[in-house]
Amino acid sequence: MKKLLTAAVLSAALATPALADTTKAGFIYIGPVGDFGWTAGHDRARREMAEHFGDAVETTIVENVDYGADAERVMTQMALSGTDVIFAASFGYGPDVNAVAGRFPNVAFQHATGYIQDHPNISLYDARFYEGRAVLGHIAGKMTETNTVGYIASFPIPAVIAGINSAYLHAKAVNPDIQFRIIWTYSWFDPALEADAAETLIEQGADVIMQHTDSTAAIRVAEDAGVMAFGQASDMTQFGPNAHLTAIVDRWAPYYISRVQAVIDGTWEAQNSWLGFADGIIEMAPWNDRMPAELQAEADALVAAIAAGEYHPFTGPINRQDGTPWLAEGEVAPDGDLATMDFYVEGITADLPN
Amino acid sequence: MIRLEKRKQPSRFWRIANPFLAVALTMLAGGVMFAALGKDPLVAIRLIFFDPIFSETFASYSRPQLLIKSAPLILIAVGLAIGFKAGIWNIGAEGQYIIGALFGAGVALAFFPQPGWYIFPLMVIAGAFGGFLWAMIPAILKTRFNTNEILVSLLLVYVAERILAAMALGLMRNPDQPGFPGSRDLRRYEAAHNAELFANTGIHWGVVAALIAVIFAYVMMTRHMLGFHVQLAGQAPRAARFGGVSPTRLVVICLGISGALAGLAGMFEVSGPGGQVRIEFASGYGFTAIIVAFLGRLNPLGIVFAGLLLGLTYIGGELSQMMLQIPGAAIQVFQGMLLFFLLALDFQTNYRIRLTKGARA
Repeated sequence: MKKLLTAAVLSAALATPALADTTKAGFIYIGPVGDFGWTAGHDRARREMAEHFGDAVETTIVENVDYGADAERVMTQMALSGTDVIFAASFGYGPDVNAVAGRFPNVAFQHATGYIQDHPNISLYDARFYEGRAVLGHIAGKMTETNTVGYIASFPIPAVIAGINSAYLHAKAVNPDIQFRIIWTYSWFDPALEADAAETLIEQGADVIMQHTDSTAAIRVAEDAGVMAFGQASDMTQFGPNAHLTAIVDRWAPYYISRVQAVIDGTWEAQNSWLGFADGIIEMAPWNDRMPAELQAEADALVAAIAAGEYHPFTGPINRQDGTPWLAEGEVAPDGDLATMDFYVEGITADLPN
Repeated sequence: MIRLEKRKQPSRFWRIANPFLAVALTMLAGGVMFAALGKDPLVAIRLIFFDPIFSETFASYSRPQLLIKSAPLILIAVGLAIGFKAGIWNIGAEGQYIIGALFGAGVALAFFPQPGWYIFPLMVIAGAFGGFLWAMIPAILKTRFNTNEILVSLLLVYVAERILAAMALGLMRNPDQPGFPGSRDLRRYEAAHNAELFANTGIHWGVVAALIAVIFAYVMMTRHMLGFHVQLAGQAPRAARFGGVSPTRLVVICLGISGALAGLAGMFEVSGPGGQVRIEFASGYGFTAIIVAFLGRLNPLGIVFAGLLLGLTYIGGELSQMMLQIPGAAIQVFQGMLLFFLLALDFQTNYRIRLTKGARA
């Protein structure tokens, strides 16, 4: 009896204070935190967020979680273990997030780059990567000598297609002879495949490699081949000090801090946020010194103009690939068009996989 | 002096004991690794092996999940093991799994949104047929042109993955969600949904099929002439040929069975836990099943245990990542250790260590 009582007191003492004060935030990642790209960007933000809150927030991660049943299981286990807010940091988790969110109405779900929002406890968040892609396109158009840009693309989803279009339009604007060669890997993280793709693109004459995949493989291939490349999601300079011109660096931390703060305050509500340069959610990695000073200034100006809202990367006239008009002179692309983009703009010679 | 001596007969004792010893050694070596990572090894191993089944917080959910994760592995591995016994190496179960899923989903999407009791059975037949068909490519190439089935079946996985991507982006794409790859969610189409048969047990038709396949394979391998032929062909191919076993027939049967079972697994997955045809639908079940087959000693009952054990390390691995922040890569190393120790220990089955006195002459 005495033993029982002690146990009861002990467990009561252990249970109450520890659980009441800390907010638990769970993260699930499609890749390893050591990808030096996309997942690394999210984990960087997670650590920054954890540091910001100190003991008030406890974070946990599960990496390399496949879409589908695996993701559903991991998120369910997180919810069962008392997690208050779950960040699902990849596009493909959509159906899984929605399935789990329906069963745990008291858990807040934050789905990166998603589009399905069937329950009131799901927030969607995304960055306007096409803004950064415009800058990359401008730089690529100016820097290429072969007038050929190689593009390693992951999945043909709106965000990736909009990125290709944005880069192409801005390369074309400064270099009318520009050609884009595009290879689809159907994967976010596959270093071997990305290296193969980079080699193929270089063989096809590309001297600037752009990627919408998460590993550093292409940067290394570009470095060895003596061509140029852009990093993805994180500053990848260390993997190709000569090749790496710049990168769109994801900075999710301010957003993560604000969302976790809302959970702590009890004011969390579902949102759909699409943030860009203006919100500090993306920024450009330092320009490589091989970029002429004039070009560096142009790139700075382009970033500033987009951030200030003076310039939108998709401003008409722009036609679709088949020649039909999309945006009239001076017209700016509505967000809805960009969020569901499933066509190339005029001038791109490749075909969208279908 | 330590000497290795080949046994006249493989040791029955070690054949059975090795898997258990391998698990124990994996726990030990894994524990050392977890300790080196600064994690409590006992807690880590408890999280991986026990909490998914016994923990108060997780077990009610993860126990059924164990069946969901293991059923496709077992279903595929049982088929593969029959071929492996005969020395017919189907390495491309992943491809057959994908094609089976596409055939099954194709039937469902063709009938959408019509109700009908016959739709699901048709999907089952289509799924098995799809996997069978995909396995017939290496089978026919082998029997007609003597190509290597290992290479052909493996390379066909990549072809299947491309077909899957094309389907998710084209023909099978959900017309209500333009711009995004992926088919309709079959879980929301009642006639095609491979739902849980009993609530919160994790038992869906795929689990039932796995069970039936295990019994079927067991009876076939131990009681039926075909099983005898398979064993004979694997152990003494020349004798088998003299004994009237047709190698061509055997190749077709073994690849056909394993292909059909892999196709079934894919179909049950896409209509249930997986939910829809997506580019990333295949998550390596077809390859993991090869490990399961060997871990289970190519024996149907062994495969059941091996499938459950591997499923457990997956689910427990996620738990230990989540609760203890063990890196995902360390979990993969841990799973790798399991196979490594098993294969390393296998030498005991065929060899014995002899301590001999003095130097050899």
